[in-house]
Amino acid sequence: MNRRVLLIEDEPNITEAIRFLLTRDGWQVVTHADGSDAVEVISNENPDLVILDLMLPGKSGMEILRELRELEGMEKLPVLMLTARGQSRDREMAEKAGVSRFMTKPFSNAEVLTAVRDLHAQATQL
Amino acid sequence: MASLNVLILVCLGYVVLLFGVAFAADRLAAAGRSTWLRSPLIYTLSLSIYCTAWTFYGAVGYAARSGLEFVTIYLGPTLVMIGWWWGLRKLVRIGRSQRVTSIADLISSRYGKSNTLAICVTILAVIGVTPYIALQLQSITLSFSIFAEADPGSHYYEGASVFWVAAGLAVFAILFGTRNLDANERHHGVVTAVALEAVVKLVALLAVGIFVVWGVAGGVGPTLDRIDASEIGQWQVDRGRWATITFLSAAAFVCLPRMFQVMVVENDDERHLRTAAWAFPLYLLLMSLFVVPIAVVGLDLLPKGANPDLFVLTVPLSQGQDGLAMLSFLGGFSSATSMVIVAAMALSTMVSNHIVIPIWLSSKGRGAVVSGDVRSVVLYARRVSIAVIMALGYFYYRLSGGGAALASIGLIAFAGIAQILPALVGGLFWRGATRIGALAGLTVGFVLWVYTLLLPGIGGEVMPQSVLDHGPFGWGWLRPQALFDIAGLDPMVHAVMWSLSLNMAAFCIASVLSFPRPLERLQGAQFVNVFEHSAGPRGWSGSAAQSEDLMIMSQRILGAREAQEFFRAQTVEQGGRGGLPEPTPVFLERLERELGGSVGAAAAHAMIGQIVGGSSVSVEDLLAVADESAQLLEYSSRLEAKSSELSQTALKLREANTKLTQISLQKDAFLSQVSHELRTPMTSIRAFSEILRDTEGLGLEEQVRYSTIIHDEALRLTRLLDDLLDLSVLESGQVNLNRARGDLGDVLERSISTALAGWSNPLIVKRHFSNERIVLYSDLDRLGQVFINLIANAQKYCDAPDPELTITVHDVWGQIMVDFVDNGSGIPSDAQSMIFEKFARVSAEKAGGAGLGLAICKEIMQRLGGDVSYLSGKEGAAFRVRLPKEERAAM
Repeated sequence: MNRRVLLIEDEPNITEAIRFLLTRDGWQVVTHADGSDAVEVISNENPDLVILDLMLPGKSGMEILRELRELEGMEKLPVLMLTARGQSRDREMAEKAGVSRFMTKPFSNAEVLTAVRDLHAQATQL
Repeated sequence: MASLNVLILVCLGYVVLLFGVAFAADRLAAAGRSTWLRSPLIYTLSLSIYCTAWTFYGAVGYAARSGLEFVTIYLGPTLVMIGWWWGLRKLVRIGRSQRVTSIADLISSRYGKSNTLAICVTILAVIGVTPYIALQLQSITLSFSIFAEADPGSHYYEGASVFWVAAGLAVFAILFGTRNLDANERHHGVVTAVALEAVVKLVALLAVGIFVVWGVAGGVGPTLDRIDASEIGQWQVDRGRWATITFLSAAAFVCLPRMFQVMVVENDDERHLRTAAWAFPLYLLLMSLFVVPIAVVGLDLLPKGANPDLFVLTVPLSQGQDGLAMLSFLGGFSSATSMVIVAAMALSTMVSNHIVIPIWLSSKGRGAVVSGDVRSVVLYARRVSIAVIMALGYFYYRLSGGGAALASIGLIAFAGIAQILPALVGGLFWRGATRIGALAGLTVGFVLWVYTLLLPGIGGEVMPQSVLDHGPFGWGWLRPQALFDIAGLDPMVHAVMWSLSLNMAAFCIASVLSFPRPLERLQGAQFVNVFEHSAGPRGWSGSAAQSEDLMIMSQRILGAREAQEFFRAQTVEQGGRGGLPEPTPVFLERLERELGGSVGAAAAHAMIGQIVGGSSVSVEDLLAVADESAQLLEYSSRLEAKSSELSQTALKLREANTKLTQISLQKDAFLSQVSHELRTPMTSIRAFSEILRDTEGLGLEEQVRYSTIIHDEALRLTRLLDDLLDLSVLESGQVNLNRARGDLGDVLERSISTALAGWSNPLIVKRHFSNERIVLYSDLDRLGQVFINLIANAQKYCDAPDPELTITVHDVWGQIMVDFVDNGSGIPSDAQSMIFEKFARVSAEKAGGAGLGLAICKEIMQRLGGDVSYLSGKEGAAFRVRLPKEERAAM
């Protein structure tokens, strides 16, 4: 079973940390660092799961999520959103936009792993 | 001997004649065939009610007692008629134009239609005139009693006769005096009857005089001899008394309600005064011609102790001339009745208009005026007033006992009435006279008159002798006949001097001190300038030249557009062209109404009058009216100012609120930025430290690599915290500047080496060292921090293959500017405005900074008093640091 995760994150160090974690958990990790073309990348890659940073150059994670949910077949794609902004409004907006899980940086590695596994399990059960 | 019955019959017949004459005159007047009724002769004769029984009988008595002093009673009116003819004309003109009904009405009208003043004058008049009416009743009774004594067979009851006389006079006055309501519809019947009586009394007195001179004394020569021989010829003239009494009689002639009635109210034509000016003095001359002869002959003929007041009757009687005595009696009767009738009419008008009607109206409330019964109420009030006044006279006569000499009562009344004079004359000629002044003068004069003359004159019971001798409470200086210890004067002179002079003083002082109300001011102008006023009370006429003035004025009041529209509409209506109508009366009336809607009727009338003609109102009046409008305007403009102030405050509040919201938004944005900048390195640190901790069998290379990341991120955090702290210190203004002397070139040198340290491929810095030899006095470390930031930015962001930075120092008129220009592609123009904002990053590339550097530079330069800005238009990124002028230290 080849589980693929698309990580959209502009901080190279954080990208590296998550790639390390998920690779060891058996995921195939694809990364992308720019917001502007992120929606196309997601639909092209068609991953099992997306980890999306909120603050991205070019286009914000929130917009990407909204556009994604408009696309056919992308309504149920599990999306884990990460943010370094400490605003509760972001969580509400993200939930409205159809986020699967919302997580504030800094996170513990275990948290990320658990979230990713849960989301994937839910998606495959349905 | 004439029997009393015959006398009574003649008397009744005479009264019936008077009724008939009055009735006929009224009928003629009603029929419009009254031209002869309106002749100046009738007017002059009606003025003769000045000569009452007091003058008819009393003058002879006066002469018998005090010699020629009686002449003063005739002298006063004569002087007024001849010397003050123009003043009377003014009085008549005002009376007619203002539709004045009585002297109280005139005074009240002049002082802003003040009813208080009218009541004061009315009360004064009633108090002054009631004894006078009593005097007339007394004279009639006395004359009756003379005939009664001469007719032993008759049964004469004095009290009853007085009562019937009073009642009869009241009926006459009511019948002919209250027929019409409007005072301007003159009482032709009464006036004609009075004129007839005037003829009777003149004829009677002349007849007695002729009889005495030629029938008793035996011609002019012997009469003069008798006069020389008698005491009258030896009487000394008391100048003070002469002047005083002449003045008093002159004042009374103008102020007496009955005189005002016939002279002003009943006046048909102003020109009648012209005739009266010579005819009335002539009448008075004829009346006084035989006074002295009758007195002298009477003193000679009659036994000692005979009442000289009745010589006019008793001398003919003693000579057996019953017919002559009868005529004489009719003369005295005429004098008394004409006075009483006119006085009662005048007083009743005052009492009903100023006392009864106001009380009735206030008791009835507002509804009464609307209903139609006002007219009958007014007539009824006048009739009752006449009856009451007559009753007052009757009771005064009964109570006083009728003992006092006729002349003294007359003089006391004169002095009382004269208190009106200052307010009257002042009102006619002095614009500054005010209501308060008139009230003050009247009150002071009245009180002093009562205290110094009326109370001491009435008799011992009212004012005890002790007060007369020692003053009230023993205060000698308040003795009624020696006020302020000025003793030795004749009581009459003393009283008149004090009451009138203090009256005038109070009037003038209070007038000067008080401020007239607008109505008072307008009325004052109408009164004082009555001759300049156009003949018609209303009705305008104007010339074309005035249209423009009217236009200008109207624009000020109505506003330019409304005024122009109104004028245009009126022009069209008149069939004319252009914007200016002919100032026809119709147009002027409409304009007045239009203006009246804005400024009030009186002001509108005054304003149009000012332009069109009748300059009855002066510019001062307009200004005064305008002042009051200005006060209103000021008030409303103050309100406006307040409301605009409020709206400005509201605007400011809104602005402040917007600013606060913006600041709050900025703060939120800043906080979330800070949060982001802090959490991002923290995330890396946490993630890798957990990896290092939890991952078993991690290779050495990876361990080194991950701990290096942790280290770098920790450094990044530290830098960020440093910048944040720096910025917050700078922004809060709590930064301490350590100014010191230093060389600009040295600062640049140090900055360059610091900024470029650690870079493997440092850019090339181009400098013009000769320009940098400038000594500064500034915080050199902070300045260096700015330079380092700019140089480091160039190092980080310059995208040229061979990056270069050119540093140029300009010195323009002592203003030092340091430019940092690199050879890269520069900052896109849309981003140039925001690069000095916090967390602003131009490119997406990570360059290690949090985006606070330029914000800090800007803060520092502002603290130092200079500036840092982006220089657009250069090829690469270009920054200019402007040092403040003082930064250059004196060499």
